[in-house]
Amino acid sequence: MKSLEELKAIRERMQSQVSMRAEDHSHTRVVVGMATCGIASGARPVLTKLSSLVQEKNLTDKISVTQTGCIGLCQYEPIVEVMEPGKQKITYIKMTPEKAEEVLERHLIGGHIVEEYTLSGADIK
Amino acid sequence: MPEISLNVLDVAENSTRAGASLVTITVDADFSGDRLTVVIDDNGCGMTPEQVQQVTDPFFTSRTTRKVGLGVPFFKLAAESTGGSFAITSEPGVGTTVTAVFVLSHIDRMPLGDISTTIHTLVVYHPETDFVYRYQYNGRSFALDTREFRQVLGDIPFDTPDISAYIMDYLNENKLETDGGAIY
Repeated sequence: MKSLEELKAIRERMQSQVSMRAEDHSHTRVVVGMATCGIASGARPVLTKLSSLVQEKNLTDKISVTQTGCIGLCQYEPIVEVMEPGKQKITYIKMTPEKAEEVLERHLIGGHIVEEYTLSGADIK
Repeated sequence: MPEISLNVLDVAENSTRAGASLVTITVDADFSGDRLTVVIDDNGCGMTPEQVQQVTDPFFTSRTTRKVGLGVPFFKLAAESTGGSFAITSEPGVGTTVTAVFVLSHIDRMPLGDISTTIHTLVVYHPETDFVYRYQYNGRSFALDTREFRQVLGDIPFDTPDISAYIMDYLNENKLETDGGAIY
């Protein structure tokens, strides 16, 4: 069985590192809708994908991935909102882990909004 | 919902929304008794008897963003359609207990699914809430208690990459030791 001893070892290792992550105004927030509608349409793998990619690519001091409830657009779930400081909120709809990875690469890292996946860009009229 | 674990993720969300400081989730698979019992217990704000009656109605919700509330009805239907049972007990100011019993061998029982990821998601994304998770499989069991983690970690948050990875490993490894990797 995995024990708390291992956790203590991780803590010791971390306390020797000086900089702890602090949220500041330069932080980009990525929010995944995780109400019934989101979960039922596949939000959990999207959330897992985003948070593991952010960790793998060492972006945790720039990007925080969190979850939220239903924002009332259930038919477009899974929804991912990107809030960059000083910029308009971008709403990505009908996300999959693959699309989420693309958004991370092209938008969050590359700085270019992936128009075809956004609420305003998608052909949903 | 394709998995029982996604129902757990969804319904446990209600507990955190109800302001619970402690949510206890029990998953008990008993193949000799042919039952899978899931209990979600919280010390949140609770509900009045009228609200408890309404909460299994898909056209009732306390939310204002939309007019339906499907989380609890989905969970209830998933359990009852296997010949199992579903119950909610609640008291305002005390908390709520949701119990779903599934008949394991029933053809309509959805798979348990990735329960470890569900618990990990709940724990990591609800830093204000403590969780106790008990997993039982044919009498063998393990538990996760975030209060123990917090005691070790102090103010280091659970979403720190190393800690988040530890919690996922803790869930996966202990589940494997408990059920031998059984998929059901």
